[in-house]
Amino acid sequence: MNGVPLAAYLALGLFMFTTGVVGVIIRRNPIVIFMCVELMLNAVNLTFLSFARYQFAAPVGLSEANGNINGQAVMGGQAMVVFVMAVAAAEVAVGLGIIMAIFRLRKEIDIDDMNLLRG
Amino acid sequence: MQITPELMLFGGIASVAAAAAVGVVAFNNAVRSALCLVLNFFILAFIYFTLNAEMLGIMQIVVYTGAIMVLFLFVIMLLNLGAPQMLRDRDDPKTFAGIALSVLLFALLGSQLLPAFLTVTQPGAPKDFGAPQNLGRVLFTNYVIPFEAVSVLLLVGVVGSILLAKRKI
Repeated sequence: MNGVPLAAYLALGLFMFTTGVVGVIIRRNPIVIFMCVELMLNAVNLTFLSFARYQFAAPVGLSEANGNINGQAVMGGQAMVVFVMAVAAAEVAVGLGIIMAIFRLRKEIDIDDMNLLRG
Repeated sequence: MQITPELMLFGGIASVAAAAAVGVVAFNNAVRSALCLVLNFFILAFIYFTLNAEMLGIMQIVVYTGAIMVLFLFVIMLLNLGAPQMLRDRDDPKTFAGIALSVLLFALLGSQLLPAFLTVTQPGAPKDFGAPQNLGRVLFTNYVIPFEAVSVLLLVGVVGSILLAKRKI
């Protein structure tokens, strides 16, 4: 929006990211840890998108004189968000499958007790 | 930095998103954490709309809120764990240290990055920045190789999750 500084969007993204980091460190339920990882991925999405929207002056290395297409700089942030969403979807499917397989084996999920790389 | 009506609107929306993000970490109950995350993703879609990225906002609602969080809620309900109190009681020093370190991380990153962008208030991207036509054209011309790689990744994800869910391989 006009009138909102870029720092406001970046501050929200940074706050969500650090909240996700706290959640990954503190929580012991692996599903909640997974949700905090998703929170961090969304914070990164917001940062990419806000930098893509507020096109301030590009540094010298990214200018057209070096053969870089200007359109790539504008739409690159959005394409990155699309790819992060797709990777997060695939990761959630496989990760929750792993958690369910562990639970089927052990009947409890406490992340501090799982310190061996075997079942 | 002036207080414009747009900034107040953004402040209102962003504070709900921030409160929901804190709620994900703070609640003991996993279902309440998941519902706070649903609210956070939904509010984030509206923030994407204020950034003129309509296609990505709708994709956020459909993919994240409508598919990923539903999957999380299904798994939480299926696992049907016991009382969360037992997982919480012995953890007091780690909680305090985690919160202190994250406040330190926020202050460190924020103090270095945010003041440089306080003066950038006019968005520079063109008006149809988030239109589906432009995003689709870029995905199929400039970024076609990552696009195909993501389709292979999704195939691997499907095969992997079916394999993990079978009882007898």
